[in-house]
Amino acid sequence: MKKGNTVFFNNCPRIASFAAVCGSKEKEGVLGSYADITLDDDMFEESTFEKAECKMLSTAISLAIEKGGFTEKDIDVILSGDLLNQIISASFAARKFNFPFLGVYSACSTMSESMLLGAMLVNSDYAKRVIAATGSHFASAERQYRYPLELGCTRPPQAQWTVTGAGGCVIYDGDKGVKIVNGTMGKVCDFGVTDVNNMGAAMAPAVAIIGP
Amino acid sequence: MTGKSSENVNYNYLRYVKTQDPPTQHFKNCAAAFGVGGLICCIGQFIRYMFEFAGLSGDELAGATSIVLIFLGCFLTGLGVYDRIGRYAGAGSIVPITGFANSVTSPAIEFKTEGWIYGMAAKMFTVAGAIIVFGVFSGVLVGLIYLFV
Repeated sequence: MKKGNTVFFNNCPRIASFAAVCGSKEKEGVLGSYADITLDDDMFEESTFEKAECKMLSTAISLAIEKGGFTEKDIDVILSGDLLNQIISASFAARKFNFPFLGVYSACSTMSESMLLGAMLVNSDYAKRVIAATGSHFASAERQYRYPLELGCTRPPQAQWTVTGAGGCVIYDGDKGVKIVNGTMGKVCDFGVTDVNNMGAAMAPAVAIIGP
Repeated sequence: MTGKSSENVNYNYLRYVKTQDPPTQHFKNCAAAFGVGGLICCIGQFIRYMFEFAGLSGDELAGATSIVLIFLGCFLTGLGVYDRIGRYAGAGSIVPITGFANSVTSPAIEFKTEGWIYGMAAKMFTVAGAIIVFGVFSGVLVGLIYLFV
């Protein structure tokens, strides 16, 4: 059922299990204690930040599968994305698993978009168990969108920080866990904010003006 | 493509965003930039005196001083110190020649992971390229004015 831009799931897809990996700065924050794995070293024993991002994502995915008591065979499809070119961390993370991959790119709302699409798939009975996952890394995102890390430029006080972390959840048609009742598809909303350091101001209107 | 279009812009919202931004501390930033920038220039002058003492003069003296300062800028960038100085000093560490060295070295370090040729060598001037283009362009412009006036 659809009302405006909101879809209602009458077959009640639920979140069976979830897992999160986060970096050292996030560990100190208010959400740090909720993560399953916290890293002391943002490189995650890899040679580059991109590889670390990919490893965080695949760790979160396999942990989510494990926590729900599933095996790789039980998963029908994974919906995942990240912030890099060609959503490369998500694609490379999916390479480690033996189930189909659907890439999603929606910048900061990649997680909610993949959960919405995952819930739609489960609700419509095209899939029994779907993984929705996403990951990002501060250092790789800085390089992708802003300046090199070692460049001696100042950050304005309103500058925001890209999360070093990854998370994933298994959405399934069973009867345990949190229900996904509905989901709203967002609109692209551009009010003309051009400051690369102030992503929050650019995104906030899209939340406020969802509309019927 | 910048995607800017005047019909989308909500000036009311942009004004509101501006009121919510934490204020920049101009006086403190200027003092830090003045102090650190001045210190870099003092170090440069000290190196210049040393070379003069060693017997260099004219263009050789200016060249040798710049080389040492550029080396120091690159070296501190490689050690991961220069960006910390830059965060504190702002323009004070960007404007001197060490800042230019930093803007070439930092992408070189960053893009090394993409390979030596397509990564490091190709992306080395992503930040400094603009400075070089407009530097050469304004040099030509000033040269032409100088020629005719």
